[in-house]
Amino acid sequence: MPADRTTPNDTTVPDAPDDTAATDPGGPAADGAELIRFDKVTKRFGAHTVLDALDMTVHSGKHVTLIGPSGSGKTTILRLMMTLLKPDEGTIMFNGDYLTHEEKGGRLVPAGERHSRAVRRNIGMVFQQFNLFPNMKVLRNITEAPVHVLGLAKDAAEERARELLDLVGLTDHLDKYPGQLSGGQQQRVAIARALAMRPKVLLLDEVTSALDPELVAGVLDVLRDIARSTDITLLCVTHEMNFARDISDCVMMFDAGRVIEFGPPEQIFTAPEHERTREFLSAVL
Amino acid sequence: MTFDWSAVGDFLPAFFRGVLVTLQALALGSLIAFALGLVWALAQRSARKAVRWPVTVLTEFVRNTPLLVQLFFLYYVMPEWGVTLSALATGVIGLGLHYSTYTAEVYRAGIDGVPAGQWEAATALSLPRGRTWTAVILPQAIRRVVPALGNYVISMLKDSPMLFAIGVLEMLGEARQFSSQTFQTVEPYTVVGVAFLVIAYPASLLLRALERRLAR
Repeated sequence: MPADRTTPNDTTVPDAPDDTAATDPGGPAADGAELIRFDKVTKRFGAHTVLDALDMTVHSGKHVTLIGPSGSGKTTILRLMMTLLKPDEGTIMFNGDYLTHEEKGGRLVPAGERHSRAVRRNIGMVFQQFNLFPNMKVLRNITEAPVHVLGLAKDAAEERARELLDLVGLTDHLDKYPGQLSGGQQQRVAIARALAMRPKVLLLDEVTSALDPELVAGVLDVLRDIARSTDITLLCVTHEMNFARDISDCVMMFDAGRVIEFGPPEQIFTAPEHERTREFLSAVL
Repeated sequence: MTFDWSAVGDFLPAFFRGVLVTLQALALGSLIAFALGLVWALAQRSARKAVRWPVTVLTEFVRNTPLLVQLFFLYYVMPEWGVTLSALATGVIGLGLHYSTYTAEVYRAGIDGVPAGQWEAATALSLPRGRTWTAVILPQAIRRVVPALGNYVISMLKDSPMLFAIGVLEMLGEARQFSSQTFQTVEPYTVVGVAFLVIAYPASLLLRALERRLAR
């Protein structure tokens, strides 16, 4: 239902912590089931509270962009989703299952490694620093997980990898090592690698921040293409406001560990309600 | 003092037997040191204290006591407990065990040097833990530490004459035996000294070249 995603009055609605009225308006426009739910998630680093009792939901198929000043907790959300961090309080649900916890004997306990592994199999992530495996050629970077996690036959995995390399425009480079590619090309391989696992949600963590300016457009074009042509859910942290405006169904403004404002991009970028949002946007736009 | 070239010729057959034993001890000792060192390094990253702690005690103990004492212990004390091995086997195990405590540190540094992003990418792809180690972390870690491992092989070569103390007839042992039979001392010991240089120096040059290549 790609048409739904372009409707401005869309449903991917996180419950802002302060806003009691912001229950899920769902309603007729909702095209996907609830995929991600943060429930009173708090994350601290030492004395610094990065996320403060955050509630938010993301529905399947939606493209949600997190914006806000650095240190406001955006990347932390992605890292919690990827189980690279554990929350100090609260729970995260993914695809109808607890991500951070598991039920044992009727009680909710912090998730063990096995449980986390099973749930996060449907979550993909692209990192700011690409994090390709430098000891493997491009093709094997992409086939490694499908073969060893999904149990795909090597031929099938390579075919899938070739299709994805075609999608990101790097078919000629499958036999190279990551070190032989430009940053932009490496990031496009990293996108293909994440997609090869057919995740339900793709987490994009400032994927163009480490790139030389002239390489940014190529990567964003690939992502626009993916946003348009697939029904994958995107959760995206970016400083590229034009990109955010293009692909998002919902933009969330973060400040000091809280969502202070959210809504469709037209609303956030043209008529922000919150003073902090206005300040932030005037600084970055 | 005269240098008698004919004595050199007389010594050569025994010398080559010794070279063979030295290289054998070095090769097998290295294999043990590389394999055991990796075991120690991985054990010390275990989440379980019951695994980490004994390994730390063992490696610190072995690293901080002399190789010669360890060789004597293995050769003369172990038989009291019913473990009797040939001198060469004892020597190989002694060298390998001793150097494994150093290679463990080398591996540790190599593993620590793999960027956190590699672990995160492996997590993001749900790679199983074993696969993450064998396909992602260790290939990168070991690549970085090949020169350091090589340096320990050269050290081990230079420590190999200690095996003579438990009766292994490696190069030095053969020289000693030859000199006690012929009363020629200059020639056999000179040949052995030169032989160490001839093996060790090109090896260290090779390592330096390798280091430059791997550094890229």
